[in-house]
Amino acid sequence: MDSVRSDRAAGRPKLPTAVKIVIAGGFGVGKTTMVGTVSETTPLRTEEILTDRGVGVDDTSGVEAKDTTTVAMDFGRITIRKDLVLYLFGTPGQERFWFMWDEVSRGALGAVVLADTRRLADCFPSVDYFERRKVPFVVAVNCFDGAKRYSLDEIKMALNLHGDVPVMLCDARDLKSCKQVLIEMVQHAMSQRMLVKS
Amino acid sequence: MTTPEDTPERLLDDHAGPLVRPYVMTRGRIQPVRGKFDLITQVIATGPVPTAEVGLGPEHLAIMRLCQDVMSVAEITGHLNLPVSTVRVLLGDLLERGYVAIQEPEPEADITDIRIYEAVLNGLRAL
Repeated sequence: MDSVRSDRAAGRPKLPTAVKIVIAGGFGVGKTTMVGTVSETTPLRTEEILTDRGVGVDDTSGVEAKDTTTVAMDFGRITIRKDLVLYLFGTPGQERFWFMWDEVSRGALGAVVLADTRRLADCFPSVDYFERRKVPFVVAVNCFDGAKRYSLDEIKMALNLHGDVPVMLCDARDLKSCKQVLIEMVQHAMSQRMLVKS
Repeated sequence: MTTPEDTPERLLDDHAGPLVRPYVMTRGRIQPVRGKFDLITQVIATGPVPTAEVGLGPEHLAIMRLCQDVMSVAEITGHLNLPVSTVRVLLGDLLERGYVAIQEPEPEADITDIRIYEAVLNGLRAL
C-alpha cells in the first residue's frame, strides 16, 4: 500500500510551497476588499464551526445564534512562482475568534492590521494578538472617504505601537496601494525574522 | 438514518442544517485519521476520480475532482462550501487510501529562509 502511494506520487511534479499573510482588523474595515484587490482569483470563503475549543474564551452572549455556529474567512491567492504560492487570509477581528487566528497565523510570514481612524479601537485586539504572539505586522490605515485624516505619528501614538512597527496609509480598493502595504509587510517581517535568527 | 422523532428538539431549528450535515458526512468524526492539513496545505489527487469505491462518499469524490489540479485545503473548503474540520476528516480518509498526495507548509521555525521572503517580494513587485 505504502509503495503504491509513493510510486504514484513520484510520477508527479513536486507540489508548490505555500506561504500566507494574515489581513486582520475590525468588522467592515476593508479586509475582504484588500484580499479581493490583490487576489488573482475571486476570493473564496472558508468556514469553521465554533466547537468546544472555544469554550471558556468565547463570550458569545448578545450575538445572534447563527453567528455562534460558524466563523467565516475570505481568502485569496497570488501565484508567486510555479513552486511558490501566497495566500492572503482576511480574519475576523473579534477576540472570540482567537482559535481561528491561532490556526491562520501559525507559520504566517506576517500580518497586516487594517485600521479605520473612525473606529481605531476595533483594531486593538489584532495589534495585541500579533504583539503577544510575536508575529511581525504592519498597520495600514484604510483611507475611507470622509474620514478625518490623522498623521501617522498620531495613529502610532494612539495605538501605543513599538517604534519599529511600520504604519502607513492605504486604499484597500487600489492594487498599487495594497501591493505597497504587502511589500512593506514582507520587508518588515524579513528584517524581524533575520534579527531573531542572528 | 435518524428520523426527526429521534433527534433532540433543539437540533430542529433553522440553524440545525449547516451544523448537523457536516458531522453526518464525516460519520461523527472530528479528527482526520491521517495528516494535519493546515489551511494552506497543498493537495493533489494521485489518480483519476475513482468510480463507486467502497467507503467513499460523494464529498470524497468531489474532493478528488477538485484535486485533479493542485489545490489548498482552504480552496477545497471554499469550493465545496464545507467547514474546514469536515474537509480535514474527508482528506484524511483519502490520504490514508493513497488517493491524494499532500505538501504541508513549512513549519514556523523554518520561515527564516531568506529566499522565501525574497521570492515573495519579487512576486509582489511584479503584480
